[in-house]
Amino acid sequence: MKNEGLFNYLLRLADTNLILGHRLSEWCGHAPYLEEDIAMANIALDMIGQANALFQYAAKTEAKGRTEDDLAYMRNEREFVNTLLSEQPNGDFAMTIVRQFLSDVFDFHFYESLKSSKDEMLSALAVKGHKEVTYHLRHTTAWMERLGDGTEESHSRLQKALNELWCYTDDLFELNEGDKRLVKEGIAVDPASIQNAWIKTVDDVLAKAKLVKPAGVWQQKGSREGIHSEHLGFLLAEMQHLHRAYPQAQW
Amino acid sequence: MAQDNQGMLWEVFIQTKPGQPHRHCGSVHGHDRELALQNARDVYTRRNEGTNLWVVPSNLIVASSPEDIGPFFEPANDKVYRHPTFYTIPEGITHM
Repeated sequence: MKNEGLFNYLLRLADTNLILGHRLSEWCGHAPYLEEDIAMANIALDMIGQANALFQYAAKTEAKGRTEDDLAYMRNEREFVNTLLSEQPNGDFAMTIVRQFLSDVFDFHFYESLKSSKDEMLSALAVKGHKEVTYHLRHTTAWMERLGDGTEESHSRLQKALNELWCYTDDLFELNEGDKRLVKEGIAVDPASIQNAWIKTVDDVLAKAKLVKPAGVWQQKGSREGIHSEHLGFLLAEMQHLHRAYPQAQW
Repeated sequence: MAQDNQGMLWEVFIQTKPGQPHRHCGSVHGHDRELALQNARDVYTRRNEGTNLWVVPSNLIVASSPEDIGPFFEPANDKVYRHPTFYTIPEGITHM
């Protein structure tokens, strides 16, 4: 396929948005209080909306007659290339907030850089995504600071979540051979180019939140090649079963 | 629920367009000013309702009470001359 590199790159972005958006949607009706329930559903919808646009563009790029629904609901675990961080379970509210915060910081700097992509569609999606994630980051930063520097219990839960999720942070910055070619062509973002900005933003917030950055943690990687943690399969089973049981269903 | 830990109550006011007055639209919970503002944004502006938001702690609102209706508002009932109904409004004037 002529545009295989671009297609695969779009899947990386779309899958991560879809999977994290789905994770957040699992909170719907279960969040600590009504306002936060709506806040998380809002963020979920932003991410799923972004995934939808990216899948449409991927389907068009692939040009094999597949639709965005085919890409979201008819691929199996090993074909998904979302980040490991995005698929981690919700856990308690602290886990969800830390996972979202680490991801928001990445997306914030990522979209900022993707705005200058030579691919017009990606650049336009980056402009939209950057506006959305600016708010997401404001929301998760507020919770990081308040819970981290809150009560003894909220602090210890946040620190525990940070310790557990830190091993998935290097995986955010992975890229494959196809991505490298797209970076050279000015289409994709080189994740290494935003790593310092990511570290600085994370450090600033952790300092304000009185949290300690985990050091010397072994890093789990592999998502860029479709190697996932055990959690993704269960998520896909739940997310995909309706579409697979009733492929022609309309609503 | 053992304890209400949703934070204090805030009244939400939305300005729909620049230049228009802020209108009361409801209330939200929030633990402090920033979270109250974010919650108001998330709950009340998801469908393009606004361009600006105010949140005000509910306990800072001073309200008249139902028994004030007589002395507060009824004396205005028979003062028809206070209504500017004797003027004609020039064409093109809106929001009157």
